[in-house]
Amino acid sequence: MEENNNESKLFVEDRKIVVPGEVLAKGIEYLPGHDTYKINNEIRSKILGLVKIKNHLINVVPLSGGYMPQERDGVIGEVVDIQPYAWLVNINSPYLGYLSLSEGVEEFVDLAKSDLTEYFDVGDVIYAKIKKVTKRKDVLLTMKDKMCRKLRGGTIIRITPAKVPRLIGKGGSMVETIKEKTGCKIIIGQNGFVWISGKNISAAAKAVLMVERESHTTGLTERIGKLLEKELSNVDKGDENE
Amino acid sequence: MRMSEEKRFDGRKFDEMRELEAKANLVERANGSGYFRFGDTRAIAAVYGPVETHPRHLADPRRAFIKFRYNMAPFSTKDRNRPGPSRRSVEISKVIKEALSAVIEREEFPRASIEIYAEILDANASTRCAALNAASIALAHAGIPMRDLVASCSVGKVNGQIVLDVAGEEDTEGEVDLPIGYVPSENKIHLLQMDGIITKEEFKKALELAIKGCKVVYQKQVEALKEIFKTYENEEVGE
Repeated sequence: MEENNNESKLFVEDRKIVVPGEVLAKGIEYLPGHDTYKINNEIRSKILGLVKIKNHLINVVPLSGGYMPQERDGVIGEVVDIQPYAWLVNINSPYLGYLSLSEGVEEFVDLAKSDLTEYFDVGDVIYAKIKKVTKRKDVLLTMKDKMCRKLRGGTIIRITPAKVPRLIGKGGSMVETIKEKTGCKIIIGQNGFVWISGKNISAAAKAVLMVERESHTTGLTERIGKLLEKELSNVDKGDENE
Repeated sequence: MRMSEEKRFDGRKFDEMRELEAKANLVERANGSGYFRFGDTRAIAAVYGPVETHPRHLADPRRAFIKFRYNMAPFSTKDRNRPGPSRRSVEISKVIKEALSAVIEREEFPRASIEIYAEILDANASTRCAALNAASIALAHAGIPMRDLVASCSVGKVNGQIVLDVAGEEDTEGEVDLPIGYVPSENKIHLLQMDGIITKEEFKKALELAIKGCKVVYQKQVEALKEIFKTYENEEVGE
């Protein structure tokens, strides 16, 4: 009887939908991963999401919800306030990003002579990396990483952060398709902000929103291709008429 | 119609609930939303957040602040319900908020707040139960981490009989009305209110019946949540 109690058992399959409180596994063989918790030797889900089992580690991937900052994420944000030695950045989460002067600018800045707005002003859009998230959820940003820069021009659209992986696609395939066909520059922040710049912004934006809307249906890549072809041919006709 | 030996006013058995219906994802602009119906008692709930706390002094540096509003639509009752907060709605908001706070992982969102708004569209007893059920669905749909859903239903004593899911005349003419909020995984009760006079034995029997009812409600909630993301199962997702 005692042996039976100690036996580890899995209650869900990989890639199944689970709800908060649902028992995923029991016993010491399995480890609680992201968005799970362990109680009375049972691993339960904390959120509504998809189960992902990696060997003995059980994770639940969220399907909805807002963005929670995580270290090493690349995010797009808007500067909303300036402090004596830092910028405050809206990163689409309940917590503002904090970009300190030393993390924001490479060169030496003499504050007696220059003003922080010379680098980033309120309303500027930046791509930054999250350097650290403290326990009280202070989000420290840095510009000292590849790709990090001020984003000039273009358009920002917002998608559900949970759909960001689908928009990127396997090895970046989805976003590369959109970039290639429209000739737009696209940068995706993990926080759900997508920056698009170039000639065919509207076609690219439509494609991005289509990915968000139909993220989990089959044959999406083909439909995106068709949508873009249609959109782009409309643009060509429009040019001819002008 | 009077209550007979084996049937109730509306023809149900003593341990029979009204028709239940649960849905999720009805409010486009909210982070999460839910709907719950007991017969003709209908509630809809929407969740916003986590968001920055306003006014600032309400922010708790250790955990999320939960804001809950229970409100009855003016057209939900027989006589027009005067809009605006009342003694009753403030009380109900408080008890439901406390029941939900007990399951939400509030420590994951220090300083932030989670806003929940429940609206009663149609009232025919057990409105606080419907509101709590809808709010649980909405919270899970909003992706808020929580240890479990809270399921809720009411029991009552009518003509000396313990009945499940009080409705209509039973609410006004019954001796006891006892709503509970129950968390199945922990086997805990997070909401319990009662009015009327009841013996200890009857109370025990009533509680047992209520828990049985809550488990049925819980199943409905789970089904509603799984339904919205059904197509996501076994789909290829890029990394």
